[in-house]
Amino acid sequence: MSTYRFCVSVMPKPGILDPQGRALEGSLPHLGVDSVHEVRVGRRVELSVDGASEGAARAVVERLADELFANPLIESWSVEAMARPALEAAR
Amino acid sequence: MKVGVVVFPGSNCDRDAIHAARLAGAQAEPLWHEDPDLHGADAVILPGGFAYGDYLRAGALARFSPIMGSVREHAERGGLVLGICNGFQVLAEAGLVPGALLRNASLRFEHRWVRLTVTRRDTAFTSAIPPDVTLLMPVAHGEGCYTSPDDKLDALEARGGVLFRYVGPEGNPNGSARDVAGVLSERENVCGLMPHPERASERLLGSDDGLLLLRSLVTSAGQRLAAA
Repeated sequence: MSTYRFCVSVMPKPGILDPQGRALEGSLPHLGVDSVHEVRVGRRVELSVDGASEGAARAVVERLADELFANPLIESWSVEAMARPALEAAR
Repeated sequence: MKVGVVVFPGSNCDRDAIHAARLAGAQAEPLWHEDPDLHGADAVILPGGFAYGDYLRAGALARFSPIMGSVREHAERGGLVLGICNGFQVLAEAGLVPGALLRNASLRFEHRWVRLTVTRRDTAFTSAIPPDVTLLMPVAHGEGCYTSPDDKLDALEARGGVLFRYVGPEGNPNGSARDVAGVLSERENVCGLMPHPERASERLLGSDDGLLLLRSLVTSAGQRLAAA
């Protein structure tokens, strides 16, 4: 059994209203920036998972991403493997 | 006829819902979310509030509460379920009603009176509402912007699943698609809406229009009980 670390990115699907992204974009001119557009705001979840293999651990993360971290009706998600933080790895 | 009002950690309209259900003629009792027993409730109300702090997405964590399995079974048996505000968000996350609720287009918490048009009177939630009457009720939410892909919205409208819409000068408080304020499940026994009928259940509160909805629910559940 090993421990694997992943990050899950959750983003509003294209075409789904993203009021946060819109508000953020709307504030940029106040910073003197007018070259930025198509701002979308999502969520990032980092987690460690115990598993017999990276594939097995990833399967757990994918299930959680689909059932909990994202609402598939409005959000898409992707999973990436990460290096484990040194502090936790040394424990 | 007994109404069970689910109490999640962070529910804050449960007592109002119990009070209003009693005004509508039901026996009403709280149901603690950790106890999967519905204690003989003939209809279930998921009340407003901020269940589990609304972490992740409103309703996302509450849907895994022990009681939600029983609420789902109750709905699958054809039992009546009404989700109000946060309760609507829980129902949507649980997939018991279609669609999702996004942050308000204004990005603000919107708390004000709205007016609703009722698209049908032949449902368990609207049977006691007189024809041509619109309902004055308050909303108070940060995430009430109803959304669903366009083809699903078309299908929802085609089957009469949009039960309440925002109308009139009070307007649409949250930017919801097609002014949707409340929807019905496919089997028409589960309803979710953002406005608060229980906060409009006595004239002293400024409106008792919400009582029409709750009376419909209580009467329908009573009729189902008598028929069973």
